[in-house]
Amino acid sequence: MSSSELDTLIGTRWKKPPFIRRVWLRSALVLGGFLYLVLAIASVEVNWSRVYEGLERGAAFVAAFTTPDFTTRAADIREGMLESIVMTVAASVVGILISIPIGLGAARNLAPLPVYLVCRGIIAVSRALQEIIVAILLVAIFGFGPLAGFLTLSFATIGFLSKLLAEDIESMDRAQAEAVRATGARWTQWINYGVQPQFMPRLIGLSMYRLDINFRESAILGLVGAGGIGATLNTAFDRYEFDTAAAILILIIVIVMALEYLSGIVRSRVQ
Amino acid sequence: MLRLEKLTKTYKTGDQALKQVDLEVPQGQVLALIGPSGAGKSTLIRCINRLVEPTGGAAWLGGVNLTALGQRALRRERRRMGMIFQEYALVERLTVMENVLSGRLGYVGFWRSFLRRFPQSDVDEAYRLLDRVGLLHMADKRADELSGGQRQRVGICRALIQNPALLLVDEPTASLDPKTSRQIMRLIVELCRERDLAAIINIHDVALAQMFVMRVIGLELGRIVFDGAPDALTPDVLTQIYGEEDWEATIQTVEEEEEEAGTA
Repeated sequence: MSSSELDTLIGTRWKKPPFIRRVWLRSALVLGGFLYLVLAIASVEVNWSRVYEGLERGAAFVAAFTTPDFTTRAADIREGMLESIVMTVAASVVGILISIPIGLGAARNLAPLPVYLVCRGIIAVSRALQEIIVAILLVAIFGFGPLAGFLTLSFATIGFLSKLLAEDIESMDRAQAEAVRATGARWTQWINYGVQPQFMPRLIGLSMYRLDINFRESAILGLVGAGGIGATLNTAFDRYEFDTAAAILILIIVIVMALEYLSGIVRSRVQ
Repeated sequence: MLRLEKLTKTYKTGDQALKQVDLEVPQGQVLALIGPSGAGKSTLIRCINRLVEPTGGAAWLGGVNLTALGQRALRRERRRMGMIFQEYALVERLTVMENVLSGRLGYVGFWRSFLRRFPQSDVDEAYRLLDRVGLLHMADKRADELSGGQRQRVGICRALIQNPALLLVDEPTASLDPKTSRQIMRLIVELCRERDLAAIINIHDVALAQMFVMRVIGLELGRIVFDGAPDALTPDVLTQIYGEEDWEATIQTVEEEEEEAGTA
């Protein structure tokens, strides 16, 4: 019986079974996707004469990068940078400290259902609201300045870090945690010995990454009046001082790259 | 010392992992729990220290009914039950010393354990145990730097530093080579004798069980189907526990190995 089944298979070509079995559905999806792509691209209107004019302005902007002006507005740039750095560091520290308990609460394998739902709710709200929208709201409440930016970044950090932390905890090795529980440890000790060692490298890595994101965001938040280097950048654009703007952008790029390099080193050390 | 009365576990899915298991283990007795995968061996020992909640029956340790305890009292009783795990279950990113000292968590407060400031007597005992299993020089290594056999020794130290009355041992040799397996089994049995500890050892290697323990319990589909001395495990009994197979080879190798050990 089985050998006759084998005989019919010997000599036939083997192909991986397709993900979507039904042929008509598969071809409809491929065709539909392609059609949508063509129509979508066709729907984008391009005003070529406007592009031609704009190229010149773009060129002026890019040319400014070859002559960045760090000196004329040096005091403004320094002030903005310091404000951004303070904002970033403070928001990251506060955000991370708040994220840890929320992350623990949002892990289904640690928290009872009500705690889990509350923590997931906080995360969902934090993630649903884009930074700019939060910043506009907070600027309206607290007025212009870095306080609004600091609160915005803290709020955004909570959503980002808690979610990823909770997911890391949910995929932890249960045996290690179980072994610590079997010793008669209390809940806090269990977290400290059985769970924390498992999520710590990820927490450190994510925190470094978030620090870097927060710095970049702080440059954007200035555009809506939430303080930091973004405000200085915005002023430079408003005055058509492209060379000062270029200097600021170069500084931002350098700092982000330095942070990226630093976080790479830290992450490889804490495995 | 340990007495199980009609201990039952029914999972939410309706699977009956344990069907009214009765078992009595006197002080100092080392017994092996054998049976096919899914027979309920792991569930049985986890129902004793309630890492898995039993759904019926009682488990008495000394004069305490473990199944009736609240959280706080359960933590106190868990200190008296050391557990040794399959695949060691060491916390990999902690040092050997931290892993061993984690066996004292039930005895020290949160801040002491958080700051790693354990009482000197605990630290001394940890060093003594590590020396006993030959790993004193590894105390400050991270657990994931150790080999399998070394990790299981650390797991044994973690269980013993609890100063338990009973050891619950879940497949201690599951991922170890034959030689290391025997060394680990020998170490567990020796330490139990030194400290007059009772132990329940889940093990799938029948030959290994026969070599080291004084009593064997056979579990099949959540029921005890054999309870007796290791040499009473005949092919018929093994067929009853595991199903039809040629058992002569399994039993023979044990006898040969014992002869070998006798002449060496």
